[in-house]
Amino acid sequence: MGINPMLAGRVYPPSAEYAVSREKIVEFATAIGSDDPAHRDPAAARALGHPDVVAPPTFAVIVAQRAEAQVFADPDAGVDFSRLVHGEERFTHHRPVVVGDRLRSTLHVDSVREVGGHGMLTTRVEVTDAEGAPVSTVVSTVVVRGDE
Amino acid sequence: MARRRFEDVCVGEEVKARPFRLRRVDLIRYAGASGDFNVIHWNERVARSVGLPGVVAHGMLTMAVAGRLASDWAGDPGAVVGYGAKFTRPVPVPDDDDGAVLEVGGVVAVLDEQARTARVDLTVTVEGVKVLGKAQATIRLA
Repeated sequence: MGINPMLAGRVYPPSAEYAVSREKIVEFATAIGSDDPAHRDPAAARALGHPDVVAPPTFAVIVAQRAEAQVFADPDAGVDFSRLVHGEERFTHHRPVVVGDRLRSTLHVDSVREVGGHGMLTTRVEVTDAEGAPVSTVVSTVVVRGDE
Repeated sequence: MARRRFEDVCVGEEVKARPFRLRRVDLIRYAGASGDFNVIHWNERVARSVGLPGVVAHGMLTMAVAGRLASDWAGDPGAVVGYGAKFTRPVPVPDDDDGAVLEVGGVVAVLDEQARTARVDLTVTVEGVKVLGKAQATIRLA
């Protein structure tokens, strides 16, 4: 069974709020091997013009993947998680994520395609702040491998 | 660290290549930090059962580590306004002290004078084989 083609265009309800802490940014920066002081020291981040400690460029994947999990868990979607391969990821940052941000994510299914017996699902997560202003757009394509 | 200035950059400029080593512990640490506990990134038995040569790095870890070349060059990780990549090959990380080594290089491919941005195209290889496709970071310069 493949991905439900009727999924394209579906929008899932916004996620619960995600509060960005300095500790989580430090943890994520350490995990990607970055010792950049802008991820740890508010003074270093302010010297670069940011209001507070700034997150690494791919930090938004944390909230994006939580939002994307909704489609994998949706019984109506027909996505076999065990056959899933990450194909592509693209971030557009409307502004950097900083400590104190209260983020919400909304998952959109942009397209469902069938390519060479494999299913391809492209999702878009719109990440906004407490005021509803755009922070990041995260576009992800996953490939669901067909039967060999 | 000072932010790189638009006036100091030209198309074709190379961003000096650097090696980035990934060991098993780095995959575990990234799983915890990102919340991505997909079993193929820490369990050899499951990774092999789905046809992989062994435990492989998270594509998002490879992408994040490679992106450091661009954000370090920019002098500000918050200056990265766009970043995308295709995951063209898995990166097996063997269970030893050496792990896998990503070789990451970059070149300034496009400059946008109005937006004062530079697009840095990254080349990411493991043992000479490309593991990311179209890895491009757009940087807002000072």
